[in-house]
Amino acid sequence: MEYAIIFLPLLGSILGYLGRKLVKYFAEITTSLFVSLSAIFSIILFWKGLQTEEYGNYKIFEWISSGNFVANWSINIDPLSSVMLLVVTFVSALVHIYSIGYMSHDPHKPRFMSYLSLFTFSMLVLVVSDNFLQLFFGWEGVGLCSYLLIGFWYKKESANNAAIKAFIVNRVGDFGLAIGIFLIFFYFGTINFQEVFDAAPKFIENKLLFFGFESSLITLICIFLFIGAMGKSAQFLLHTWLPDAMEGPTPVSALIHAATMVTAGVFLVVRCSPLFEYSVTALNLVTVVGMITAIFAASVALVQNDIKKIVAYSTCSQLGYMFFATGVGAYHVAMFHLFTHAFFKALLFLGSGSVIHAFKDEQDIRNMGGIRKKLPYTYALMLIGTLALTGFPFLSGFYSKDAIIEFAYLRGSSLGNYAASIGIFTAFLTSIYSWRLFFKTFHGSYNNKNIPINETHESPFVMLAPLLLLAIGAIFSGYLFKETFIGHHSNDFWQASIFFLSEIKHDPIPIWFLFLTPTLVVISIPISYYYFIYNTKILDDFKKTNHPLYYFLLNKWYIDELYEKLFVFPLKKIGSFFWKQGDLGFIDRFGPDGISKLIKKLSNKAGLFQTGFIYDYAFAMLIGLSVLLTYLILN
Amino acid sequence: MNFPILTTLIFLPLVSSIFIFLSKVQKNDNSAIYISLFSSLATFTLSLFVWFSLDLSSSDFQFLEEKSWINDFIKFKLGVDGISILFIVLTTFITPICIISCVNSVKTRVKEFLIAILILETFMLGVFCSLDLVVFYLFFEAGLIPMFLIIGVWGGPKRVYSAFKFFLFTLLGSVLMLAAIIFIYWLTGTTDITQIYEIKIPKEYQNILWLAFFSSFAVKMPMWPVHTWLPDAHVEAPTAGSVILAAILLKMAGYGFLRFSLPMFPLASEYFTPLIFTLSIIAIIYTSLVALMQEDMKKLIAYSSVAHMGYVTLGIFTFTKQGIEGSIFQMISHGLISAALFLCVGVVYDRLHSRMISTYGGLVNYLPKYSFLFILFALAGLGLPGTSGFLGEFLVLTGAFQKNYLIAMVATFGVVLGAAYMLWLSKRVIFGNTNNSEIKTLKDVNKLETLMLVSLGLLVIYFGFYPVPLIDTVNFSVDNLINNYELAIKSKGLN
Repeated sequence: MEYAIIFLPLLGSILGYLGRKLVKYFAEITTSLFVSLSAIFSIILFWKGLQTEEYGNYKIFEWISSGNFVANWSINIDPLSSVMLLVVTFVSALVHIYSIGYMSHDPHKPRFMSYLSLFTFSMLVLVVSDNFLQLFFGWEGVGLCSYLLIGFWYKKESANNAAIKAFIVNRVGDFGLAIGIFLIFFYFGTINFQEVFDAAPKFIENKLLFFGFESSLITLICIFLFIGAMGKSAQFLLHTWLPDAMEGPTPVSALIHAATMVTAGVFLVVRCSPLFEYSVTALNLVTVVGMITAIFAASVALVQNDIKKIVAYSTCSQLGYMFFATGVGAYHVAMFHLFTHAFFKALLFLGSGSVIHAFKDEQDIRNMGGIRKKLPYTYALMLIGTLALTGFPFLSGFYSKDAIIEFAYLRGSSLGNYAASIGIFTAFLTSIYSWRLFFKTFHGSYNNKNIPINETHESPFVMLAPLLLLAIGAIFSGYLFKETFIGHHSNDFWQASIFFLSEIKHDPIPIWFLFLTPTLVVISIPISYYYFIYNTKILDDFKKTNHPLYYFLLNKWYIDELYEKLFVFPLKKIGSFFWKQGDLGFIDRFGPDGISKLIKKLSNKAGLFQTGFIYDYAFAMLIGLSVLLTYLILN
Repeated sequence: MNFPILTTLIFLPLVSSIFIFLSKVQKNDNSAIYISLFSSLATFTLSLFVWFSLDLSSSDFQFLEEKSWINDFIKFKLGVDGISILFIVLTTFITPICIISCVNSVKTRVKEFLIAILILETFMLGVFCSLDLVVFYLFFEAGLIPMFLIIGVWGGPKRVYSAFKFFLFTLLGSVLMLAAIIFIYWLTGTTDITQIYEIKIPKEYQNILWLAFFSSFAVKMPMWPVHTWLPDAHVEAPTAGSVILAAILLKMAGYGFLRFSLPMFPLASEYFTPLIFTLSIIAIIYTSLVALMQEDMKKLIAYSSVAHMGYVTLGIFTFTKQGIEGSIFQMISHGLISAALFLCVGVVYDRLHSRMISTYGGLVNYLPKYSFLFILFALAGLGLPGTSGFLGEFLVLTGAFQKNYLIAMVATFGVVLGAAYMLWLSKRVIFGNTNNSEIKTLKDVNKLETLMLVSLGLLVIYFGFYPVPLIDTVNFSVDNLINNYELAIKSKGLN
């Protein structure tokens, strides 16, 4: 069964594409069917794991063995990977089905479905790895699929650029991950997870000099691994690719850039909890980066106008939450938020897709509005998604997000308190921008000039059905799995897959604190309605009087522009310089070309001696003879 | 072993080229191609036989042949071990592909072209089989001649300049190597490599000898700053010439480092490691940046070859298992990938006669199969896991990290640049809109082209997932190499 979970998507990807010409819808049905099967098996596996608490490790075959650098292709099932399997295959199956409807007008559907399945396979390989090398394979594999899918509409220049950007920014992160792996191999002599984690306590005291700084080995390893996680999970400074990645078709955004791939970074940190736990410095760094990302992305999301970009920044911000949860040592809560987030964020993305579909590829929320009656189902589903994301009481986001804030608070350290307050404030911002998106899309007046309101239409059943399932997940997943994932007995579930150095505190939390976030979340709804629908003049005036701030947010803190000036432009300049001045201007000029010119010149000069006149030669001989004679006489 | 199997292997292509030379081939007759294809496939089969019957649990040279050539001076000595057999098989595998590629790309003097390729194959096989310095030198340098002719006769408009540049650079190094070989004979009284391994060259001469060999290998590798002949040679060479140049000729230097520099001059190798590291990372970063700015597809790939060879030299001089195995793997993998990339350029060049990136764009709309293959090899070129390009680089970097983390980090950063130039190339050639109306009339890859590219592609993926056959082949030979090196370093004070 474990093999089936992993390989069915791959098989579907290949078969579906090869057989695309056999029957209409062959690729769509094959890929969806295979991934759905994989999802069903994953649910069974997860359930079985819950009941029996038995897991296993299956070696497929040896990948590489060079000295003691050994890595196998393997399927490692433990609680952590079984949760990931569940999330990935479940969301993937729904996205596959949704895509049948969403992409129905696209001539390249089979290719699209095939890529989706291939992505699912890579992601599964990543999560079931039992060593760093296979993890790296999956890591870059999902990066590749993300690249292919972002650039799926390859005729669009912007899509191509976004695809390349995504791959290269991720490569910068992978650079960190690779260095982390080299460090681990160098000191631990192995890249197998279990062996590394078992040996970790022995290396706590190890210090090494790195660029002149003395640093603890484990800290250094964790920081580099975290750089990899930052790239994949779009954390601050390496986040720039994620909003651009929205150039891809919406189902891709839902699957890859919301529910699964971007959470790989969180997964990595949780997977390596036995290392991170030994490094306070690294954990603090994770917390800080997570916090900055959470608040940065939320602030940018406030003013964006592209419906997908808002949701993308929201993803970025929620990933920030997950990271600072890991940073304060609440790995299980991070996983819980990852789990619930997958449902409601995929729901929001696919719901946005449904809206975009209705408006015939319009993505600007300024050109929407007032269509709740035309799209009743989408409206209801998006409402659920928004409520869940904002953490409205008793929906899934409420349980997981509030738990993160509570754990940060319980940590007791000043950084923990700081993180908790940032968390609360960001929750408020999250609520504001989510309702802004929601109200501007569905409420108010109809603002689209190109498409008459009568032509907008509700999506077909094949698109709505997956949304419904996700909505059920978005409502209940928090309540149902709270005890399993983060309750008092969560250790029984996670077993050894998550490592805690010290016991997690389950102290009671002050009542005012418990009520703070939900209250903010609830009162933000009327506030948003007032400012975004009822009385928009106040905000327009605010925009006019606070130009710099507004543009600072609208242009995403100018980070893209900064990178363009700081890296892209200089690198191109340097490349040109090396080529024109280095290779052509220096090496060739003074190397082969120079030498051949010099020889030609010399031979021309030498040629002048050969005048062909006998008296010239006689004169030269005379001089030579006299020099020789003088020399002999003097000696 | 009574039957001289290596001699047969080496001279089979030569004999068939004589056969083609003597045969009367009509103008529109493909028989020359058939003969050469047949003989090169026979050579390939024979090399596979040697590979499979090689005892991999031993690091000794096998299939030894020894004949006196010049009495008491040079012996014609051949033999293979785990390292050389891989290069032999690579050579015999790439040659038939080159011959097939001639069908589309070479229109004039086909017969002579095939003769040149076959003779070149003989010389290349000779390089990888010979166990005598003089024999090695002869094969090593003789290979220049057919390559020079291939560029000079069948090349593009600036072929004469390129051919001379190629010749000048490589000759410069080889003169010094010849001097070094004579010097070694004078020192040890033999040119037999296995004997020289035993004798051990005195410490005081090692550095100078190492430099002499290095000057030849650095040019052939090519290492920065003596790499500028490569882009020009590639640009002007016909497709088959580029393929052989990138896939095999560049590997002779890497092989030379492993076969000569490391075991014969271990102390000097250690002494000059900083030099090699420096040049390697300059090669990786510098040429990656230069590759980024190229407007000519072949030049871009040529520069990327220099960068990839930077990883090879880096890996060899880490003297670690991972580094050296990674280098060997990287050389084989680069042989496959660069061959495929040059063939890919050849495919569109045959159709539109332009190598400029700006000529193309949006090929995927009209040549879907071609685009798929191109993207596959571009991804392999940037070292995507699951292709052979990844493991070589990763192993080299793992090895390098154990010696010098700073160097390894800089080299790892080259991987980011590699992604940049390869993806940007793909974007400009394959994706986007088609602006050039000629592209709309192009035909997708034909059967022969598919055969060549798919067979390379399958190997690239196969070795990406299952490199064990290659790693196992070199395992003991590399162990032996490292052990001898470490022994020599330890006994430094005693000599």
